[in-house]
Amino acid sequence: MQQLHYLGKQTLSMISGLGRAVILLVSAIVHVPNVRKGTPLLIQQLYSVGVLSLLIIIVSGTFIGMVLALQGYTILVGYGAEASLGPMVALSLLRELGPVVAGLLFAGRAGSALTAEIGLMKATEQLSSLEMMAIDPLRRIIAPRFWAGFISLPLLTAIFSMVGILGAHVVGVNWLGVDSGTFWSVMQEQVDFEKDILNSVIKSIVFAFVVMWIAVYKGYDCEPTSEGISRATTSTVVQSSLLILCLDFILTALMFVK
Amino acid sequence: MINSAFEANLVEIENLTFKRGERVIFDNISLSIPKGKVTAIMGPSGIGKTTLLRLIGGQLKPESGNILFAGKNIPLLSRADLYEVRKQMSMLFQSGALFTDMSVFDNIAFPIREHTKLSENIIEKIVLMKLEAVGLRGARHLQPSELSGGMARRVALARAIALDPELILYDEPFAGQDPISMGVIVRLIRSLSDALGLTSVVVSHDVPEVMSIADYIYIVAEKKVIGHGTPEQIRQDSSPLVQQFIQGDADGAVPFHYEAPAYRDELIRRVSK
Repeated sequence: MQQLHYLGKQTLSMISGLGRAVILLVSAIVHVPNVRKGTPLLIQQLYSVGVLSLLIIIVSGTFIGMVLALQGYTILVGYGAEASLGPMVALSLLRELGPVVAGLLFAGRAGSALTAEIGLMKATEQLSSLEMMAIDPLRRIIAPRFWAGFISLPLLTAIFSMVGILGAHVVGVNWLGVDSGTFWSVMQEQVDFEKDILNSVIKSIVFAFVVMWIAVYKGYDCEPTSEGISRATTSTVVQSSLLILCLDFILTALMFVK
Repeated sequence: MINSAFEANLVEIENLTFKRGERVIFDNISLSIPKGKVTAIMGPSGIGKTTLLRLIGGQLKPESGNILFAGKNIPLLSRADLYEVRKQMSMLFQSGALFTDMSVFDNIAFPIREHTKLSENIIEKIVLMKLEAVGLRGARHLQPSELSGGMARRVALARAIALDPELILYDEPFAGQDPISMGVIVRLIRSLSDALGLTSVVVSHDVPEVMSIADYIYIVAEKKVIGHGTPEQIRQDSSPLVQQFIQGDADGAVPFHYEAPAYRDELIRRVSK
């Protein structure tokens, strides 16, 4: 009986949480933007959410590309198929690794930072004080952060895939001796704009939406104590990572299975 | 009207009931905040004094009852109207609630920049005027992290009066202050009220400070207003609860012990187990 009670309570709190998250999202992003005041705020957030995530994206992208080339080469060379190294790396990065790994890294780097920042603003009454100054914190604080992440992640994903391919080129061509012309031309032949590149962008847009939604909601809804903020930050990273992986499977099934 | 000596009340709270979950915080209370005066709301910690300020500011909605600000019923206002009304009030939060990513100057300029289209030149003059009023004109370039607690509260006060509101709500303005900054804040609240004709509501449990500046005092405890009057009337109030509160006695109408079975019985039970 007690377990049933617990289950019911958990379900109710989950549903009401989801409801609050939807209300937050709708009231933060559905309004006519104020270009004069909003633009500087958005640019500031694009810097702290996007530009500051560049380093981790570039470094991880390079290493993942390099490792892919190394592993791919050792397998492909056994079949004399090292000419396919280029498309193999490019397709893995564009279709799966780029959007997913960039999304995971973004959740860890930017998502957690946003949750903690908004949570602390709540704990130090900065959000309340905005409200009392007749300034809507949803528009002033939440909306620019949400949009900045939504714009940044697809761009970061593109950069991730690009430096990954360059990293693979360094290992495959410069180190292991695959012909550079073959590497690029076979890649060009095999990678389809609509099927691969466009789908990569779609995936990253979906992941950006999910990560930012979770990050701003968790920050805004957290219990305003140090424990509450730490719990919110953790659950931002955990929930958005799990959702990225789960959604990736669904999107792949929709996009690539005929 | 509770006190006919005060001609107009800026805020009227009528038959207000507020619950948090199942717990009743206020049970049908009524009080009036007269215009241009310093009204204090006192009471033991945890009885919802801050909640009362948030109710006046429209951040919380009551179960029932009216909260009238200049004739407008706050709980019934639409979001847009509420934001319009809030431009005439401001709140000094206990923590100061300064924006940590802005300098002192920008913190005070913030509400002016948001709500007016004044030129930077004029904004600078206003900000320096407000900083001069709290004695921190020299601190304009500092970041909030570089301020002491007392200074932060004075900066927050300067920000609260940036747009010349009609009503200021002070949430525990004296809590955690050393005697000097306490004295400074006491003087500031009184002088702002006198010089600018502001209506002030001070929520606090620091009895001597409140007694020294308030024109009218409400004492809230046990979900109700247990006493009200001028400081002089409060001192002579016959209620034991009011007397215990202003004298600061450890035991009395509010017992020292949190509700528990008799200590002797509990010890005996433990031994016999």
